[in-house]
Amino acid sequence: MRPARLTVIAAASVAAALTAVTGCAQKSDAGGSDAIKVVASDSACDVSKTEFPSGKVQIDVENKGSKVTEVYVLFPDARIVTERENIGPGTKASITAEIKAGDYKIVCKPGMKGDGIAKDVKATGKGGEEKRSPEMDAAVAAYRAYVVQQAEETLPKAQAFADAVKAGDVEAAKKAYAPSRIGWERTEPVAESFGDIDPKVDVREDGLEAGQDPAKDWTGWHRLEKALWADNKIGDWEKELADLLITDLTDWQKKVGQAEITPTSIANGAKELLDEVATGKVTGEEERYSRTDLVDFKANVEGAQKAYELLKPIASKNDPELVKQLDTQFAALNTLLDKYRVDQATYEFTSYDKVGEQERKELSDGVNALAEPLSKLAAAVTK
Amino acid sequence: MSESDAAAQQSQEAGGASAPSRRAVLGWGGAGFALGAAAAGGAAAAFGGGSDMVSAASAGAAVPFHGEHQAGIASAVQDRLHFAAFDVKTKDRAELVKLLKEWTAAARLMTAGLPVGDVHEGLPEAPPTDTGEALGLKASRLTLTIGFGPGLFAKDRFGLEGKRPEALVDLELFPGDNLDPARSGGDLCVQACADDPQVAVHAIRQLARIGFGRTAMRWSQLGFGKTSSTTPDEQTPRNMMGFKDGTRNISGTDKAALDQHVWVGAGDGSDWLTGGSYLVARRIRMNIETWDRTPLQEQEDIFGRDKGEGAPVGKSKERDEPFLKAMKPEAHVRLAHPDTNNGATILRRGYSFTDGTDGLGRLDAGLFFLAYQRDIRKGFIPIQRNLARSDVLNEYIQHVGSAVFAVPPGVRDKDDWWGRTLFA
Repeated sequence: MRPARLTVIAAASVAAALTAVTGCAQKSDAGGSDAIKVVASDSACDVSKTEFPSGKVQIDVENKGSKVTEVYVLFPDARIVTERENIGPGTKASITAEIKAGDYKIVCKPGMKGDGIAKDVKATGKGGEEKRSPEMDAAVAAYRAYVVQQAEETLPKAQAFADAVKAGDVEAAKKAYAPSRIGWERTEPVAESFGDIDPKVDVREDGLEAGQDPAKDWTGWHRLEKALWADNKIGDWEKELADLLITDLTDWQKKVGQAEITPTSIANGAKELLDEVATGKVTGEEERYSRTDLVDFKANVEGAQKAYELLKPIASKNDPELVKQLDTQFAALNTLLDKYRVDQATYEFTSYDKVGEQERKELSDGVNALAEPLSKLAAAVTK
Repeated sequence: MSESDAAAQQSQEAGGASAPSRRAVLGWGGAGFALGAAAAGGAAAAFGGGSDMVSAASAGAAVPFHGEHQAGIASAVQDRLHFAAFDVKTKDRAELVKLLKEWTAAARLMTAGLPVGDVHEGLPEAPPTDTGEALGLKASRLTLTIGFGPGLFAKDRFGLEGKRPEALVDLELFPGDNLDPARSGGDLCVQACADDPQVAVHAIRQLARIGFGRTAMRWSQLGFGKTSSTTPDEQTPRNMMGFKDGTRNISGTDKAALDQHVWVGAGDGSDWLTGGSYLVARRIRMNIETWDRTPLQEQEDIFGRDKGEGAPVGKSKERDEPFLKAMKPEAHVRLAHPDTNNGATILRRGYSFTDGTDGLGRLDAGLFFLAYQRDIRKGFIPIQRNLARSDVLNEYIQHVGSAVFAVPPGVRDKDDWWGRTLFA
């Protein structure tokens, strides 16, 4: 719950991503015979050339399939260089981008869903992307897929929450509240990297800036949390806020694939998730009305664990001792959390106001025990 | 600048001081006590090694870490304290041993005035190994002293149940005790003393960090204004009540007294602890506001000393032999004196503390009492029984935290480590 982290830097727009890959002077004649032709169908993604000169590149897309499609140019770590959505059946589209020398993938996504159909391509010429090992690229790509998946899975859950609010059903809304936050909490450092979204969806009343009016400017989950648990009622404004939450989360889901992710940002992101736990959840500040802090806690730990598991192959080579320690501490913290889990198959946890001082200290010790070695993961990945 | 250069420069600065400190004037009034070796020459000498001068002269110096006994017990008391008690979280004996070795290595570096690892030379993507707030500060006579609490010797824990010394007893609840579990106990403790608070805090912080996952900080206490000294050539500092207390403390150079009352001897029952000691730590809260409204005569009667000079009742100088019968029967000094307690003697190393205010606007202040002794049953316990029963001072104080530790012998050399004799 803090805007703009430094370790995960969002490419705020496609334009920014393009600027990032600019820098090669070699210029190809855009259009005409130099253009890369992509013929997309429901089952294929044909690319006219797999090698082309770096620089300004034009991609002409023709959708010969029956579904709406989208076409991406991706870095090896699955970051988006450029994209075009909503290319209807039988229509054509052109995409232009500055592309540095290096390996890329062109991906068609028939129906705009799933992994799509990918073709390897290469931009040749001077310059090139910073060298990263295939293992690192794989970790980054898998983590990117994870954050995208979390955002996608969150939307229907958030919609269920919003629907309950709009129906004025306090009890149903209370039930749907904590589950709607899990995907966000699992990937919070990436979600927060879009500095404009976090303050809209996850801010607490005391996080508002001077001059902001809680009656108007406080939006998102925690505002609705207060309405449900503290005020125990849903008014017209709350219903509007429910719609707004969905709008903002949809925005997040659209942007999340463009986040700039590196192996070290994954590692430090994992540590930041534990920081979230240490500063917001253990203290009981995060979910002060609903007392569902332990659900967020668990989601933060799961997100950190996912990040760690993806980096583990690299870290085990460089620092096997650290990996051993992290395995132990993740297991220990999960065991500790399970004590408060009503049913191991669900995300229903003991209400945090029922967790005593001694138990909170124990949880805090468990977080410190994991977060300290986790802070060394970035070093173990880069060395 | 090497340490000796630094010390020389400090010494020069101290020697060149033209005006005596306020404390030196008030305390000694030119009484001509033996000079501290460090306070040499000039106007400073005329006023006799007040504590300010001694510490100024030696502020940059490093206290040797290796030795027969741990530093921080008989060593000259530094100005500042950070004391920390830890719970051991690991269940693995080998992990605990590894931790103690890592702590020892870190302590060896820090007491020499060095950081524990990189401060700003490491990977930009990773947090530095040493947190860095002591960078550029001198060793500041930092001592780090470790102790092992009773919990470490519990059955089915680390296989140490047979090694718990008999003298490491669980303290009884004394009358008037109001102990907070969150300020009591602990499996391990580390006492960090230094002339610079930042150096002491830095040291505890690094050890806590190294320990995460294997240890968790249970409680800690900051202290200032040492309330007793192990250097009788310095004046006895005052506690938060404005009194000198602990004038009769054991001198750090009095080998006979240390051997008799502080160091565990070879025949005492626990061989692994020979050369070590026992520590009792008590957080003693003072009712500052009511004390401050107490008439001077009553204050002096309560202690059994006068407030200005610190002389025992009927005597003129602080170090005059007290005539106990001249004091009120419940006077603090009378009840705490070895003669009242069959010779029971402890080495005190306490510090004042002020942890802000409590919710009622009262100063949360008092004495963080640290006492080292050869046997708790013969040292702290009889004295405290006596005090808890009758001391009139009890109206103004309350014991709110308590812990006991077995303090192992010193780390002999660079291959040795804290607790080797216990775990060997």
